[in-house]
Amino acid sequence: MATALEGVGRRTISELEYVGSLNIQLWATLRAMKTALPFVGSRYRWQASVSQMLQIGVDALPMVSLMAICSGFILAMQGASELRRFGAIHYVIDLVAVGFTRELGPLLTAIAVSGRSGSSFAAEIGTMKVTEELDSLRVMALEPVEFLLAPKYLATLISVPCLSIISNVCGILAGGLFMFFSTRLAPLLYFRYVLDSIVLRDVITGLIKSLAFATIIAQVGCLEGFRVRGGPDSVGRSTTSAVVKSTFLVIVADAVFTAIFYFTVKS
Amino acid sequence: MPIISIRDLVVEYDGRRILDGLSLDIEHGETMVLLGGSGSGKSTLLRQILALERPKSGSVSVKGTDITRCSTAELKTIRRSIGVAFQSAALFNALSVEDNVALTLREHTKLAPSIIELVVWMKLAVVGLAEFGKLQPQELSGGMKKRAAVARALALEPEILVLDEPSAGLDPIVAAELDELILLLKEVFQMTVIVVTHELPSAFRIADRIAMLYNGRFTSIGTKDEIRASQNPRVRQFLDRIPEDMAKTPAIAAYFDKYLQTQEAYG
Repeated sequence: MATALEGVGRRTISELEYVGSLNIQLWATLRAMKTALPFVGSRYRWQASVSQMLQIGVDALPMVSLMAICSGFILAMQGASELRRFGAIHYVIDLVAVGFTRELGPLLTAIAVSGRSGSSFAAEIGTMKVTEELDSLRVMALEPVEFLLAPKYLATLISVPCLSIISNVCGILAGGLFMFFSTRLAPLLYFRYVLDSIVLRDVITGLIKSLAFATIIAQVGCLEGFRVRGGPDSVGRSTTSAVVKSTFLVIVADAVFTAIFYFTVKS
Repeated sequence: MPIISIRDLVVEYDGRRILDGLSLDIEHGETMVLLGGSGSGKSTLLRQILALERPKSGSVSVKGTDITRCSTAELKTIRRSIGVAFQSAALFNALSVEDNVALTLREHTKLAPSIIELVVWMKLAVVGLAEFGKLQPQELSGGMKKRAAVARALALEPEILVLDEPSAGLDPIVAAELDELILLLKEVFQMTVIVVTHELPSAFRIADRIAMLYNGRFTSIGTKDEIRASQNPRVRQFLDRIPEDMAKTPAIAAYFDKYLQTQEAYG
């Protein structure tokens, strides 16, 4: 009995310690962020940020848009099969438009980015840890948080919301295609309905969510890299756990934000 | 006043004592070799001198500043006067050899790009790699990597040069070349050089003074000749390459006896 309680206690402490180090790292990154900004910061940090944006954002574009198009079709078809029975098939438009801007666009993007970039952050920083490159940076008076993390975080903060918007557009386009082929709804009319059904608040809440997701992905990915201990096998483990933990935390954060937005809406 | 002074340094990992009350003064312009076998604590001591880890108690002063207690800003200033070449060379794999050497110059000085290019060329020429600047680190051989790491350590013209196992994993000829390079650097730049090694020929070639570590304590500190003439059993064991007498532990001895008896019984 005592050992079971001990186990629970130890596990709780280690999870709390993880959340604690995540927080410490986040504040350290925010303090170092100004060096990564254009004009006021270091030129090299900004260059690193831009090249990260290309990797996180531009390279993920085909994958994220294809995922959004497929999900748009799925949502439209699943919705239509039920709504058709009530003769309410044009509610599919609202379903797709609202569903994507508020929820699916940011969430799908976050999952794609956490798989692509969260894992690569962990692998990159973890490898640098194993090969003493991190120590080498520190003794050259270059703090890894400033040198590696700040550009990555800035790049993620910019790329993820952009990808989310593209994902929204692709999902809604897929919905439009479905409506055109199933009910011969004119595309222009479809877009009129879409614009009627979503309000600015939907878009903004979606973007706030995607900023939070970006924070989770960058911070968890990098923390997992910094926590690598020992040899190359540990890099593999932390890469996996970067994806697992960031996907998990993204969904938890999504639930929390959705609840906040749901209960604060003024009707 | 000594340039580095270590006082009563104690380091523990998980309650295991790695360094046990070490004190050492390193004078300006001397070559100090930290000699010791595997697990003697020499790498841990090096990490303390570079302030990569905090000790449990005791102090390490570099140029009069206690680096175990000073602020991050002070530490950054101190670190600019220390050049380090790690055991694994720890060149940044994402950058070319030139950019590796240029990194600290770009980050910490306001020199014009053309000047930086010239300085980098000079540093690479010192270590004999002038024509290899455009290559990537993974295209270099082991010895070249170590020399490139030395060039990078020299970039900011440090007062203190720290070399971690410079000859480990190199063939005798390349190792001897590195020794000559260290002697040359010391003569030309009047640097204080700290070398961590377990290779005797190299240690006796380059050292002014040698500090021998065993189980986290200094067994003796002295000039080459003093160490060579030392009667300390641990020093003699290391110098005369006498293995730890494993068979003396009763369990293993009994096992061997039994094994020999069974062999005789069959024979």
